[in-house]
Amino acid sequence: MSASSAFSDEKGGSASEPEYGHDPASGGIFSSDYKRHDDLKEMLDSNKDSLKLEAMKRIVAMIARGKNASDLFPAVVKNVACKNIEVKKLVYVYLVRYAEEQQDLALLSISTFQRGLKDPNQLIRASALRVLSSIRVTIIVPIMMLAIKEAASDMSPYVRKTAAHAIPKLHSLDPEQKDQLIEVIEKLLADKTTLVAGSVVMAFEEVCPDRIDLIHKNYRKLCNLLIDVEEWGQVVIINMLTRYARTQFLNPNINESLLEENSEKAFYASDDEEEEDKKAEPATLAKRKPYVMDPDHRLLLRNTKPLLQSRNAAVVMAVAQLYFHLAPKAEVGIIAKALVRLMRSHSEVQYVVLQNVATMSIKRRGMFEPYLKSFYIRSTDPTQIKVLKLEVLTNLANETNISTILREFQTYIKSMDKDFVAASIQAIGRCATNIGEVRDTCLNGLVQLLSNRDELVVAESVVVIKKLLQMQPEQHSDIIKHMAKLIDNIQVPMARASILWLIGEYCEHVPKIAPDVLRKMAKSFTNEEDIVKLQIINLAAKLYLTNSKQSKLLTQYVLNLAKYDQNYDIRDRARFIRQLIVPTDKSGALSKYAKKLFLALKPAPVLESPFKDRDHFQLGSLSHLLNAKAAGYQELPNWPESAPDPSVRNVEVITLLERVTTLTSIPDWSKCSSRKDRKEKKVEKPFYSDSEGESGPTESADSESDSGSGSASASGSDESGSGSESEESGEETESDEEEEDEEEEKKKRKKLDKTKAKKQAEESAESEQSSSAEDRKRGRKAVKNQKSASESESESESSESEEESEEESEEESESDTNVRKKRTPVLKQPPKQSKKESKKETQEMSLLDLDDYEPAPASASVTPVNFLSSSLVSDLEGLSLTDTILAPTTLAPSGSIKMYELLHRIKGEGLAVEYCFSRQPFSPEPNMVAVQIQFTNNTNSETKNLHIEDPRLQSGMRIREFAEIDVLAAGESVTVVMGIDFCDSTQAANFQLCTHTRKFFVSIQPPVGELMTPAFLTENDFKKEQENLLNGKLMGMNEILEKLTLGEKCVNEHVIVERVTATANLSRVPCGSDKECRFAGKTVSSGCLVLVTVTTKEGGGAQLTVNCEKMLIGTMLVKDILQALSQ
Amino acid sequence: MIHSLFLVNASGDIFLEKHWKSVVSRSVCDYFFEALERATEPENVPPVIPTPHHYLINVLRHRIYFVAVIQSEVPPLFVIEFLHRVVDTFQDYFGVCTEAAIKDNVVVVYELLEEMLDNGFPLATESNILKELIKPPTILRTVVNTITGSTNVGEQLPTGQLSVVPWRRTGVKYTNNEAYFDVIEEIDAIIDKSGSTITAEIQGVIDACVKLTGMPDLTLSFMNPRLLDDVSFHPCVRFKRWEAERILSFIPPDGNFRLLSYHVSSQNLVAIPVYVKHNISFREGSSQGRFELTLGPKQTMGKAVESVLVSSQLPRGVLNANLNPSQGTYTFDPVTKLLSWDVGKINPQKLPSLKGSMSLQAGASKPDENPTINIQFKIQQLAISGLKVNRLDMYGEKYKPFKGIKYMTKAGKFQVRT
Repeated sequence: MSASSAFSDEKGGSASEPEYGHDPASGGIFSSDYKRHDDLKEMLDSNKDSLKLEAMKRIVAMIARGKNASDLFPAVVKNVACKNIEVKKLVYVYLVRYAEEQQDLALLSISTFQRGLKDPNQLIRASALRVLSSIRVTIIVPIMMLAIKEAASDMSPYVRKTAAHAIPKLHSLDPEQKDQLIEVIEKLLADKTTLVAGSVVMAFEEVCPDRIDLIHKNYRKLCNLLIDVEEWGQVVIINMLTRYARTQFLNPNINESLLEENSEKAFYASDDEEEEDKKAEPATLAKRKPYVMDPDHRLLLRNTKPLLQSRNAAVVMAVAQLYFHLAPKAEVGIIAKALVRLMRSHSEVQYVVLQNVATMSIKRRGMFEPYLKSFYIRSTDPTQIKVLKLEVLTNLANETNISTILREFQTYIKSMDKDFVAASIQAIGRCATNIGEVRDTCLNGLVQLLSNRDELVVAESVVVIKKLLQMQPEQHSDIIKHMAKLIDNIQVPMARASILWLIGEYCEHVPKIAPDVLRKMAKSFTNEEDIVKLQIINLAAKLYLTNSKQSKLLTQYVLNLAKYDQNYDIRDRARFIRQLIVPTDKSGALSKYAKKLFLALKPAPVLESPFKDRDHFQLGSLSHLLNAKAAGYQELPNWPESAPDPSVRNVEVITLLERVTTLTSIPDWSKCSSRKDRKEKKVEKPFYSDSEGESGPTESADSESDSGSGSASASGSDESGSGSESEESGEETESDEEEEDEEEEKKKRKKLDKTKAKKQAEESAESEQSSSAEDRKRGRKAVKNQKSASESESESESSESEEESEEESEEESESDTNVRKKRTPVLKQPPKQSKKESKKETQEMSLLDLDDYEPAPASASVTPVNFLSSSLVSDLEGLSLTDTILAPTTLAPSGSIKMYELLHRIKGEGLAVEYCFSRQPFSPEPNMVAVQIQFTNNTNSETKNLHIEDPRLQSGMRIREFAEIDVLAAGESVTVVMGIDFCDSTQAANFQLCTHTRKFFVSIQPPVGELMTPAFLTENDFKKEQENLLNGKLMGMNEILEKLTLGEKCVNEHVIVERVTATANLSRVPCGSDKECRFAGKTVSSGCLVLVTVTTKEGGGAQLTVNCEKMLIGTMLVKDILQALSQ
Repeated sequence: MIHSLFLVNASGDIFLEKHWKSVVSRSVCDYFFEALERATEPENVPPVIPTPHHYLINVLRHRIYFVAVIQSEVPPLFVIEFLHRVVDTFQDYFGVCTEAAIKDNVVVVYELLEEMLDNGFPLATESNILKELIKPPTILRTVVNTITGSTNVGEQLPTGQLSVVPWRRTGVKYTNNEAYFDVIEEIDAIIDKSGSTITAEIQGVIDACVKLTGMPDLTLSFMNPRLLDDVSFHPCVRFKRWEAERILSFIPPDGNFRLLSYHVSSQNLVAIPVYVKHNISFREGSSQGRFELTLGPKQTMGKAVESVLVSSQLPRGVLNANLNPSQGTYTFDPVTKLLSWDVGKINPQKLPSLKGSMSLQAGASKPDENPTINIQFKIQQLAISGLKVNRLDMYGEKYKPFKGIKYMTKAGKFQVRT
C-alpha cells in the first residue's frame, strides 16, 4: 500500500472530494458548499427539532471528516439552549470545536452555561461546567475560574470531578491562573470520594506536579481509596505516588546496594539473591542500623498489589513500575507474572510491556527467569516484537540456560524474516561475550553462518565475529583467514570494513594474506563505500608499519588515491597518516610513536543491551519508551539520604468528618452495600459510601432499614473495636459509678439548690431527659460509626414517643446526668450548664404545647412557665440573669440536641472536645450559626491557652472565635460559644484548635437543618409567601414535592412536628387543618425563607413540600426530613 | 493527555478526526504515514512515533489505525489501552468495527468519543454507562426514531455515573432471567520438528452474558481453583473474597462482559490435543519440493477436534503448490506464499492429510528455511486444563435465574516448526 501517495490524494482532494453516499449531508442536490450551508442554516432556523437535529448531524459529520464548518457558527450557536437533548449535545460538540475561531460569537452561548451551573440537577451542572471549560476563549477566564471554584465546593462529587477536569483546561488556556488553581486543587485533593480522586490527581500532575507538599495530608487517603478509583485514575495516582514515595521514604534496598558495591557484579542466578541476603545480614547489621520500612511505604505497596490483577494493562504496568522502583528486592518478583500475562494482549501492549521487561531484566534477571519460555518467539509475531523478545532472552541468558537459549536461537536464524535473523545473530554475539563458556560454540556457529546464502546474514555474522575475535585473536587465525577469503564475495560495506579492520589489526597472525588483501583493495578502492575506504587506509598504514617491504608501494598508491577522494574525511585521514608513517625530514616527533599508535592493544568491545541505562526513566513512561525526555516528564527523584518527617502525613480530623457526613446525607444503601461487603476487611470504611452525594429523591426511598444494617455492620468492623463494644463497656463503667453516685448525689443536693431544681425538672421531663442524657452519653463515648449513631438515635426517639417512661429509665437518666455533673463541676460553669438544661425543658414543653394548638412558637419562651414547677421557673430566671451574652431571646422548639465530636480524647491527648448547634441566635453577629463547644480536660495537668488559630474557610465563610480560655484545670470542662457564618452551605469550617502545647486540626460541618433559624409567620403569611414562590414573584424560588411513607412511629402530628423540628431549626406555623403541619424558617446567613409543609394522608402516606429560594438547601432539607419521617 | 484522534484506513486515508483540545492539523499524520511506508508489514508500524511537537500512539485493529496525538508525557499503555477500549466500544455498539460501520454511524461515534474523553482524560468508558447515555443503534430504534423523531441520546441522565457500582445500570428488568458463562481456553504452544513440546501454556477466559433483573449478587465457585495460576478480574469481582476463599463474588454488569481471564502454566500438565506429521523437503538442484502433512488427534479426552484450519507461510522461492487433500479444501496464494488448508473435523479413523509437490523458481537454490505450520482448532465441551465450575449462586434477588455454563478449548498461537 502506498500510503504517502494515497495521503497526498486525500490532502489535495479534500476540498473537492465527493461526498460519501451514505452521508446525510451528501446527495447530488447540494453540489456546492455554498448552497449546502444555506440549506443547513435554514434547517437550523426552523422550529422543528427534527430538522435541527438532521442539520446538526450533517454538520457533525462534516467536522468528523475534517471539513470546515465554521461559517455556520452563528446559526448553530443560536440553538445552544435547544430543548432537545441530542441537538444540544451536538451543538456542544460544534461549539467546543469552533469557539476558538469565533470568540466573539461564542460569548453568546456563555449565559446558557452559566444558567446551567445553577441547575438543581448535578448532572446538568456538571455538563454545563464541562462545556464551559472546554471553550477556549480567553475572555471568559474569570468566569471559568469562578465556576470552577464554585463547583469545587459543590456537594455533588460528580460536579467536583468535573471541576477537577476543568482545572487543566483553564491552566492551558491561561497559565497565569496557576496559583488560584493550585488552591482549588489543594481543596479537591482533600476530597474523600473515589470519583474525584483520579481526576484531581490528574489535574495536579498537569498543573503543579512539583507541589509534592500538597500530597502529604492526602497520602494515606489516596492509598486507601486507590482500589475503588476508576482504572484510569488509578494509573495516574500510582504514577504520582511513585514519585512521591521516592522523595519521602528511604531506599528499602539500601543495605543490599551497599553490599553490591563491595561484592562482584557477576551474579547470574536468582538464587544468589537469597544467599546475598543471608550474607548481607550479619555484615550490614554490624555496620548500619537496620532498615525499617515506613508504615506508609508499606501501605502503598500493600494497597497497590491487588491491582496487579486488573484487566487494564496500564494499571498493571503502573503497579509493576511502582514495585520496581519502590519495593524491597525480595518483593519485586511478584510483578513478573502479571507482566508476562500482558504479553497475551494486543501487539501494541506487548511492545510497550516488552520494552519495560527488557529494562527490568537487566537489573533483576532472576525475576523473569522462570518465565523464559514465555519470551520464545513465534513466526507470526511482528518483527518489532520479535526483536524485543530477543532482547529479553539475551538479557536472561546465563550459564544454566544458555544451551536452551542457543538452541532456540538456532531456529530463529532460519527464519524468513531477515531483519529478525540479523538481530538473532547479534544476540548470539552478546551471549557469547557475556558467557565465557559458550564463546567458542557461538563462534563456530557464526562461522558456519558465513557460508549462508543470504548476504545479510553473512554480513551480520562478520560484524559479530569481528567483535568476538577481538577477545582472543591468537587462537583464531584460521577464522581470520577464512574471512579474508570472504572479502571477494561480500558486498555489504559494514562487513567488508569489519574484515579489513580484522586483517589489519591481526596482520601478524596472517602475514601472508594481508598484503594480498591490500592489493585487491587498492584495485577496487575507488568503488568502495566511505567506511570501507577508511578501513583500507587503516589496513595500509598498519601493514606499512609491520611489513613495509611488501606493502610500501601499495600504501603509497592507496594514500595517493585517497588524497583526491571526494570525501574530505578520507582526504584528511590520508594526509594525516602519510605524515605519521612515512618518514620525511619534516615529520614530527610523533612518527616515532606511529607503531604504538596504530598497533596499540585495543580493549575488546563490550556488547551491551540498548536498554542498559534506561531505568533512570520512570518505567512505563513515554520517556522510557523513547529513551528521551518527553515534554512534561517528571524526573524520578533519587531516594533521600534520610527520611523526611513522616508526621506530615498525619491527619487528625478524619473521624470527625466521618461522623458529620453520615449525618448529613442519605447513603445510597442499595447501591453501596455490595461494594461495602467487599471492603469488609479494610480500614477507612466511610470513604466508600458516597456520603455527600446528592442522591436523587427516588433513591432515598430505597434506603431500607435492613440493607442499611447490613452495610452498617460492614462499616462497624473498622475503627478499632466496633461501636457496640465500646458502647457496652461505656455502660458498664457507668453502672459502676451509679452506686457511688447515689451517695454523692445526696450530698450534692443539699449543697446545691440549682441541682435540686434541675432534678425536679428532670423528673417531670423524664422521657425527654433520658433521651438527651443518652445523647450526651453517646457523645462522650466517641462512637464513631454510623450504626451506633443511628441506633442511639432511634433509641432516643422511641423513648421520646413513649411518654410515660418507667421508673428505671428515670433512675438511669438521673444517674447519667449525675455522672456528667460529676465530670462537669457545677460550681465553675453553672450558667452554661444550666442553659443546656433549660433547653431540654423547652423541648419538653413544645411537646406538650402541641396538644393545645398553642400557635406561635414565638411565645414559646413564655408559655412553658405554665407547665413548669415553680422551682424550675426560678431556675430559668436565674439562668437568664447569669448568662447575659447568650441570653435565649427565643427558644425554638427543637428535638434533642445532638452532640458532635470535634476532638476525641485519645487524639487530643486527653483533651476531648464536643460541639452542638445550640440553635440560639448568635447575638454578636445575627447571621452566624451559634456553635456551642464543650472542652473536657481528661488529663492530670492543666491545659492552657485554648484558642482557635488559622481558620481555613470557603470563600465568604467567617468565624467568630470564642475568647481564649486561659486555663482548663485537670478533669474539668468548660463550654463556650462561637459563631460561624456558613454562607448557607454545608461545607465544613476547618480550623486549628490550639492549646499551649499542641495544635489540632478540626472541622465543623453543619447539617443543613442547622443553617436556618425559625421564622414566625401566621397561616396567612405562610400561604402568601408560598403563593409568591409559586407565582414566581420571587425569581428562582422553587418548590420540591416529595411523597413518602411515614415511619411506623410517626403516628400522629406530635411525632411529625417533633421530628421535623429535630431535623431542622424551624418553627411551626399554626394551621387550621390537622392533616397539615407547616414550618417556617430563614437561612441564617442570607435570610432566605424556608417553608416546609407536611400533609398526611390516609394509610401512613404523606407529602412533603419544601419551598426555598436556595435549591441546594431545599433538596438537602427534603432529604433530611424524609429520612427523619420515614424512620 | 490525548489531544486528538485520527482514524486511518488500510489505504492510508484519514476518514475521521476528533479533537479534544485545540485542533491539531491532520498534517501531523504525515509522520505516521512515513512510518507506515517504512514498515514492511502493517503490524510493524511502531506503536509510538515521536514527531517534533507531538507523539503519535497508534493501534491497529480491524485494518484501521487509531492514531492518537499526544503532546506531553503520558504512560503509553494508558493511551493504547484506551484506544483498544474505544474499538471494543465501537464493536459493542455496531457489531463490527469497520470503516463502513464507523462512517455509517459517524454521529454516534462522535457522541461516544465525546463522552469517553474529557479534555483528553477518560471519563466514561464503562459500556453500561455509555449505553445509558447513548443508546446503541438498532434497526428497530432507527425506524422508531424516524417515525417519532426521538433520539439516540438517552433522555434520562446517566445516574450510573454517580453510582458505586458504575459498571451496572440501574433498573434492569428482564422477563427471562438468565446467566450464561463460557469457559474458553486457548492453548499457546510451540512444537518442534521432532514433535516434542517446547513451550505450552493455557490462557483461559470466562466470558459471561448476564441478563438478570435488579441488583443480583452472584458467586461462582470452582471445583479446582488451585489450577488458576494468574488471574485478572473484571472490576466487579471482589478481590478479597477471591484471595481468602477462591470464590468469585460479584455484582455483574448488565449484558456481555469478560469476568475473568486466567493462565495455567505448569508446562507438563498441558495436554496437546493434536499432532502433526510432516515432511517438507526441497532437493538441491531440482525445481521440485515435496510436501506431506498428516494431522491426528491426541489427548482430546474423547472429544472431537473441529474447525481445524492449517496455515503455513511457504518460502519465497516456492512458485506454486500442487497438493491433494484427503479432506477439506486448500488454497495457495502465489503472491503472499500463504498456504491454508481448511480441514474441518478430524476423523480419528481416517486421518486427514495433504500431500503433493511444490514447484520452485527455476535455477534458484533450495530455500534453507522451513516453514512453520500454524494450526487452529476447536474442541467443544472441554476445558483442556480440567477447570470445572462447581456452582453458581445468586443472592439479593428473589427470582430463580436460568444458569448455563459452556466449556470450549481453542488453539491460540499454536505453531509447529518443521
